[in-house]
Amino acid sequence: MADRPLRIVIAKAGLDGHDRGAKVIARALRDAGMEVIYTGLFQTPEQIVQTAIQEDADGIGLSILSGAHMTLFPLVVEQLRGQDAADIVFFGGGTIPAEDAKRLKELGVREIFTPGAPLQEIIDFVERECGKRRALVG
Amino acid sequence: MASKGSAAMLRQAQHEAQDELETMKRPTGRWGRNGPGSGALDRTISDVPLQVVYGPEDGSPGRYPYTRGIHPNGYRDRLWTMRQFAGFGTASQTNERYHFLLEHGQHGLSVAFDMPTLMGYDSDAPQARGEVGKCGVAIDSLADMEILFDGIDMGEITTSMTINGPACIALAQYVAAAEKKGIPRAKLGGTIQADILKEYIAQKEWIFPPRPHMRIIVDMIAFCTREMPKWNTISISGYHIREAGSTAAQELAFTLADGFAYVEACTAAGMDVDEFAPRLSFFFNSHIDFFEEIAKFRAARRIYARHMREKYGARNPRSWQLRFHTQTAGCSATAQQPENNIVRVAYEAMAAVLGGTQSLHTNSMDEVLALPTEKSVEIALRTQQVLAYETNVTNVVDPLGGAYFVEALTDEMERQAESYFAQIAEYGGVIEAIEAGFFQREIAEASYRYQRSIETRDRIVVGVNGFVHDVDEEAIDLLKITEATERAQARAVQDVRANRDAAAAARALEGLQAACRDPKENLMPHLIDCVNAYCTEGEIVDAMAKVYGRYTERAVL
Repeated sequence: MADRPLRIVIAKAGLDGHDRGAKVIARALRDAGMEVIYTGLFQTPEQIVQTAIQEDADGIGLSILSGAHMTLFPLVVEQLRGQDAADIVFFGGGTIPAEDAKRLKELGVREIFTPGAPLQEIIDFVERECGKRRALVG
Repeated sequence: MASKGSAAMLRQAQHEAQDELETMKRPTGRWGRNGPGSGALDRTISDVPLQVVYGPEDGSPGRYPYTRGIHPNGYRDRLWTMRQFAGFGTASQTNERYHFLLEHGQHGLSVAFDMPTLMGYDSDAPQARGEVGKCGVAIDSLADMEILFDGIDMGEITTSMTINGPACIALAQYVAAAEKKGIPRAKLGGTIQADILKEYIAQKEWIFPPRPHMRIIVDMIAFCTREMPKWNTISISGYHIREAGSTAAQELAFTLADGFAYVEACTAAGMDVDEFAPRLSFFFNSHIDFFEEIAKFRAARRIYARHMREKYGARNPRSWQLRFHTQTAGCSATAQQPENNIVRVAYEAMAAVLGGTQSLHTNSMDEVLALPTEKSVEIALRTQQVLAYETNVTNVVDPLGGAYFVEALTDEMERQAESYFAQIAEYGGVIEAIEAGFFQREIAEASYRYQRSIETRDRIVVGVNGFVHDVDEEAIDLLKITEATERAQARAVQDVRANRDAAAAARALEGLQAACRDPKENLMPHLIDCVNAYCTEGEIVDAMAKVYGRYTERAVL
């Protein structure tokens, strides 16, 4: 039912150990009343999507600061489609140049937040988009 | 434990310091290496004569406890080393950048490795996909290290290598590459980071669990102490702790605690503190809070000197002296209006210099977006040159010493650090505190508090939550690493494996594994055998992991 809190997986993929942003976002979403599952570091795209499905998550937020975003984001999109889970709202952030962000959105990533994005903007996005997903899925 | 007679020694040192201070007040006009030429330094731009140091406050520079600096004449004798961290793509691409930097007046090299190299994977490993050459240069085997230093006199320049998990392998490759050019290891100068404790605490580039890894580090320190007298055996780093979101005092305390943990590990292994301590070095962040940073650097020297002398019983003054490299704060840079980062970096660099750093990396304005372009790297280097040669801040040692504010802040940094040392001791030590998630929790708390303060606009970051320039960002040129690089590097490492003497490589790996099982054996000679047999980094790490296992973290939010 729609009155349980939104459930979000915050993930780190590849070999990137920069977890400051991911942890701050996880805390901020939790403080905003959501349930947050933080995957920890070095997850594969397969593991991230599995976690989201098992946890019945409404959204996945992926953080990448190592420059591997053009490889890893599309792999998560592919996994979501392959697992019939494309309704899960997939968003991300990191050191991602504007033109790459544009391309990733064309590929199916719902939003890319870059350094300096206000927490409130991210919270609002997640509440709105994941809320819609929840309303549809029930 | 404070040793008997140390108070008398301290008084004696203070008297000597006072005498020396008087001598030093006369301008010396000596410039050493890299100086701009005499005459420029003992007067202001308007011809006011200057002393080397003003005081007295808390001893004098070059004297215990070194709050005011480790050299009596500060930068008058020797300027800091301008050392820009660089590496991307393949070894030959990075080699080209090194030649460019050296031609433009940089003094030493600093190698940035890519993520697979830092995590112990070869470029053709599945874990490496999408990451090869992205945040640094891919070095899979000795063959890459040879290309990286092609045409560079390894006996003349000094090299800093920022690598931790597989640091012992990178050091072996560096030694082997130099020796193939006929340069003996004893002639090699430079630094290898090799600070694994801060990896578990903050940067998260680990391979093996902490306890076996401490043995690797003790072996490296013992080997370098014996065979590479000009090499800084470790660079104990607060930089990444700060980047992960810590406060200045946490950076200071956790870094020094790590340093003391290495000292204790080496002495526990039977080394004499004065044998290895003079080659320990440190690496700090210079963040945007100008005076707090200067106070942090001053406090670091004082705390370190005191602990090394009073607690660890070091007798050689060089063992008391904290020498450090500084890098400006990547986390203070903004993606919004990246040109503004040039200004931030200039302030941060000045704080580092007023804090008495021995070497400095200034970040490029575009590093928050991607790897820096040649143009932005040049601006970053010029920033240091303007600081060194135009501002005249180098003329007087510790010019802020004695300022009420700076001295009070220095004392406060020290107080907070000592309070953290006590908390860490309650856990039983640094490794135990890591295992309990103490550092990780403290840092996560601090970084969240900081982010909230930006959110609520208690803190203004220009261009981010204040003075926002609301137009489409002009695209600035970014350096892109292509997938072709990844494919080429993967092929190169496969060629290395195909073309070497397979039996020799297998024998070398067996020898290494046997040494890993024997705590009395030093690993370094075996690692050098492995790299000379062209074993790849991934193979060496796998061989070691069979004995040591691999570390996994319990994530702390």
